[in-house]
Amino acid sequence: MSLVVKNITKRFSDFAALNDVSFEAQPGEFLALLGPSGSGKTTLLRLLAGLDRPDTGSIDFDGLDYLTLSARDRRVGMVFQSYALFRHMTVAQNIAFGLNVRPSKERPSKAEIQATVQRLLKLIQLEDLGKRYPSQLSGGQRQRVALARALAINPRILLLDEPFGALDALVRKDLRRWLRRIHDETGVTTLFVTHDQEEALDLADRVVVLKDGQIEQIGKPLELYRHPQSAFVFDFLGTSNQVPARLSNGVADFGGFSAPVVSPKALSGAQTVRFRPFDTHLHREGPGFEAKVLSLLPAGANLRLELQSPTGQVFETQHAHDSEASDLRLSDTVYLRPSKVYAF
Amino acid sequence: MRARAPERPKTPAAFLLMALAAVWMALVIVLPLVNVLAEAFKQGVQPYLSAIVQPDALSAIRLTLTVAAIAVPLNAVFGIAAAWCVTRFDFAGKGLLLSVLDLPFTISPVISGMVWVLLFGAHGWFASVLEASNVKIIYALPGLVIATVLVTLPFVARELIPLMQDQGTDEEIAAVTLGASGWDVFFRITLPNIKWALTYGVLLCTARAMGEFGAVSVVSGHIRGLTNTLPLHIEVLYNEYDSVGAFGAATLLAGLALVTLVLKTLLEWRFGEELAANRRH
Repeated sequence: MSLVVKNITKRFSDFAALNDVSFEAQPGEFLALLGPSGSGKTTLLRLLAGLDRPDTGSIDFDGLDYLTLSARDRRVGMVFQSYALFRHMTVAQNIAFGLNVRPSKERPSKAEIQATVQRLLKLIQLEDLGKRYPSQLSGGQRQRVALARALAINPRILLLDEPFGALDALVRKDLRRWLRRIHDETGVTTLFVTHDQEEALDLADRVVVLKDGQIEQIGKPLELYRHPQSAFVFDFLGTSNQVPARLSNGVADFGGFSAPVVSPKALSGAQTVRFRPFDTHLHREGPGFEAKVLSLLPAGANLRLELQSPTGQVFETQHAHDSEASDLRLSDTVYLRPSKVYAF
Repeated sequence: MRARAPERPKTPAAFLLMALAAVWMALVIVLPLVNVLAEAFKQGVQPYLSAIVQPDALSAIRLTLTVAAIAVPLNAVFGIAAAWCVTRFDFAGKGLLLSVLDLPFTISPVISGMVWVLLFGAHGWFASVLEASNVKIIYALPGLVIATVLVTLPFVARELIPLMQDQGTDEEIAAVTLGASGWDVFFRITLPNIKWALTYGVLLCTARAMGEFGAVSVVSGHIRGLTNTLPLHIEVLYNEYDSVGAFGAATLLAGLALVTLVLKTLLEWRFGEELAANRRH
C-alpha cells in the first residue's frame, strides 16, 4: 500500500539529473523533496507523474508497476507553481475537468460531478467562487483551485511542484497550514517539492534531501535537524558558521575553550566544524573567537547578529532579545564560544 | 493591460507629426481608395453593376473564393501543427524550420509561382509523370491553390508561435495528468487557448490568399472564365482599357479588404492582450 521508488536513474545527454534514487512513501504520508535548484527534484516528480521515463529503475504504487502506465492512467494529481489552471474555464469547470474527460462508461453522472465540485469548493473554502474565472482570483485562491482540481480525480498520489513558490510570504505560511490540514483530511499520499527548507521542515512527515541528483538523507524533520548526515544537509537546513578545531573523544578543542561535537561518525584530529547561530554564547572577554559587531537586527523572536573576526570571517549568531547580546553596540568587540558543534 | 502611450502635453512638434501622418495616410490609402470608387462609378451605377455581374467576373470571384477556401484551411492546419511542433518539442533543425517558415515573406511572390511551373510545368521535373496520368496542375486550379498556399504559409503559424510559447505547456500537462486523451487536450485546452490568435491568423491568411497576384499570375495562364482569379481579372480588364470593369471588380477586392480590416480591428480591440501574446496569469 505504498509508493516504492527503486534505483531511479535519469540522464539528459551527459548530465545525470537523477542518480540511483530510491525511497518509499507510506500510504497517507506527506513527503517533502527538498533540494537546491538542479538537484533533480522536479525531474523526479515528472517521472512519478509519467511525463518522462527513467533510464533505469522502477516505480511501484500499491503493487502497480507505474512505468507501464501512461501519465493519463496513473491517477496522479499534480499541482504546479504556475497553477496551470485552464484559463478559459470557470473554477467549477476546472475542478470538474478530470471527471468530464473520463470515458463515458466511467464518467460519473452530471449530478455526481456537480456534487463533487461543490464538496471540493467547500473544502478549499471558495464555495461562492465556482463561477469565477482563474484571472479573477488571487494567487493563493488559484493554487487552492489547482489543488481541488487535482483532488477531484481521487488521486493515488498528489504531487506538488513548488506550489507556493509564486506567492508572498504571508500567504505561503497560511496556505502551508491549510495544505497540511487538507492532507490530513483526505489522507492522500503527498509528495511536495520545494527548495525552501523551512517549508519542508514545517509541513512534511519526512523530508528527502536531494543534492546533484542523489539522496543525501531521508528523515523526519527533527531527526534531520538534530542529526544531519552530511555537511550539505547541515548547511542547507539553516545558517552555518564554520571554524577549524581539533577533535578527540567527541569534544572539539579550539585552544583555550571547547564544545561538544555532534557527528554521524567518530572523528578525530584537525577538522572543520560547524555551528548554528543559536548554539553560541557571546562574552566580553576571552577565550573565544574574537569578533566585532557588524550588525544587530531583530529576527522574529530573536536578535540576529553579524560578527566579523579580525581575519575577515563573518559569523551569524542569534540570541534572545533579553540576553546579554541586547546590550551590545556596533563595533563592540566580543568573544564567541559555540555551545555545540557539528562535524562531518 | 493594453499598452498605451503615456499622456503628454501636446506640443507643436506632436501636432506637426500627427498632421504629417494624417496627410500621408490620406495620400497613400484614402486617395487611391476613393479613386477606385470614383472610377468604378464613373458611368453610373448601372454600368458598375453590369461590370461585376458579367460571367467572367463572377467566375473570377468564384475561383478566388474556391482557392481561398482550399488554401486557408490547409495553412490553418499546417500553422497549428508547425506552432505545436516548435513550441512543444525540442528537435534538431528547429531554427531551420522557423527560418523556412519566414521564407514566403522574404521571397518575391513571382518566384513562389515560378517554382511550381519549374516543377509541374510543361517542361518541369514532373512533366512526364503528370502528362502520363493526365493531371493538370499548372494553368489549373491545383496550381493556383499550391501557389497561394506557399505565399500564405506563414500567417497562421507566425501568429500562434509567440502565443503558444508564452502560454507554455503546464495547462496541457495538467490536463494529461487529470486523465485527458490527446484529443481532449487539443480540443478542450490547446484550441480554446489559441482560438482568437488562430482566428486572427486565418483572417490575415484569407485576405492575402484572395488578394494574391504575383505567384498566382505565374501559374494561372490567364484563361478567362477558367483560371483568372479576381486580381488577375482586374489586370486583364485594365489592360483592355475597360476601366469601369477593372475598378468595379477592384471595389469587390477592396470591400473584402475592408471587411477583413474591420474584423481584424474588432479582434484586436476585444482580444488585444491575447493576440499580443503577453497575457500572464
